[in-house]
Amino acid sequence: MAASVSLQLEFSGGAELLFGGVKKHHVTLPFQSDACDIRHLLVWIKQNLLQERPELFIQGDSVRPGILVLINDADWELMGELTYKLQDEDSITFISTLHGG
Amino acid sequence: MEVATRMRQNRHTLMLLARGCASLSLATEARPESNCGCAELLTGGGGGTWMFWRNLNTMPVCCNSCLEKNAVLKRPKTGHSLCKECFFTAFEEEVHQTIMSGQLFQRGETVGIGASGGKDSTVLAHVLKVLNERHDYGLALLLLSVDEGITGYRDDSLETVKRNQQQYDLPLKIVSYEELYGWTMDDIVKQVGLKNNCTFCGVFRRQALDRGAMILGVDKICTGHNADDIAETVLMNVLRGDIARLRRCTAVATGSEGAIPRCKPLKYAYEKEIVLYAYFKKLDYFSTECVYSPNAYRGHARAFLKDLEALRPSTILDIIHSGEHLSVKEDVRMPVQGNCSRCGYISSQALCKACVLLEGLNRGLPKLGIGKHQKLHHKLLAQEPLTEQERRKLKVLDL
Repeated sequence: MAASVSLQLEFSGGAELLFGGVKKHHVTLPFQSDACDIRHLLVWIKQNLLQERPELFIQGDSVRPGILVLINDADWELMGELTYKLQDEDSITFISTLHGG
Repeated sequence: MEVATRMRQNRHTLMLLARGCASLSLATEARPESNCGCAELLTGGGGGTWMFWRNLNTMPVCCNSCLEKNAVLKRPKTGHSLCKECFFTAFEEEVHQTIMSGQLFQRGETVGIGASGGKDSTVLAHVLKVLNERHDYGLALLLLSVDEGITGYRDDSLETVKRNQQQYDLPLKIVSYEELYGWTMDDIVKQVGLKNNCTFCGVFRRQALDRGAMILGVDKICTGHNADDIAETVLMNVLRGDIARLRRCTAVATGSEGAIPRCKPLKYAYEKEIVLYAYFKKLDYFSTECVYSPNAYRGHARAFLKDLEALRPSTILDIIHSGEHLSVKEDVRMPVQGNCSRCGYISSQALCKACVLLEGLNRGLPKLGIGKHQKLHHKLLAQEPLTEQERRKLKVLDL
């Protein structure tokens, strides 16, 4: 059992603007892997990475509607959304659809 | 292939087990669109299914269409789970359907794609190029961009359009506010402030696309408006009581009354699918909010729709459907379309909105085109001076 979970986080489609303009973040979460799901990850992101206007990223205990989440390049709606249990080396992508076209 | 089959069987067995053991804890209702009911189990885990979660967690969902590859997205429109290839095909062929059923193009036409460098127009340009070749539409495609003159926003997004031009090998024409109107948005904002600037930009852009299209001899303009945009517009027109626009805004193509016909091939495409199409195809697009648009009212309508969509994805198409089938009472007075007596552009007034806005800018009375000042049109046309009282009302209040 891993003592911590390493993740590749990516923010794009304009969501990176809330994270100091940085798209890719390699992070290690201080949780044991079986205690850590996306719900926990969002709380951790809000406390540790999010730099401004948290309401544009988090709404309630989930992401703001209009932000797409991909787990290892697959739609999180296929993976249990907030209840998906993170695995070591997972890659999680957040894409905002809320920016102009 | 063999592995995929075995995994599917395993997954199915697990699902059945999970159902048998813990059916009481499953609150999610069976949805008709998923063929075996597995998807519900994946998203609707209760306490009793925890034992299986560890396995289901990493267990991929297979594509509802080819039944071979792993699904990469759940379509908001149909609820289907599709793999990358099946999604690309479904997305492109649905745009093709929109084009065919709306008879949007005729063979031999030159079609200008309104290109901003954003996700919608980038996907539109890509898909139209693919479909034009695949289904032999016989169209000459080109990219048409408007440079509003917004430093730090449009200059960057135009760089994206220039890359798209190379990537898709399509001709590109950029028309600028500065050359058409003698004003950049940066200059306009300096004069009018951040309150009504979007009105100027919106009115000028609409005309600018037409003027660019005329310069190029384009037969039709198509824009990247998607299903979410159209649903949002229906909602906003309801909220503002703008019946004339409410009636027009869901049309997939606008008629040719004076201006160049326009169409929206992505009318039924969800924003989520457009963004994922661009992501999986690794299309190059630009995504920064305009520096001048807090645009609060549209923002609220948008957030409201996104909240509803999260609860029930069909909301978007349902609102469009409602908009399409509304009928306006006979006795509602609709504006009569005529032409601007100054520039000739279509207008329901003696002077078109762009000419009034421009006149206001040039006279240092920027509020001239904001709100209703039709009574002043004859004075403007006759170049009569305004009274001191009229002038005072039309100046920007200095705070």
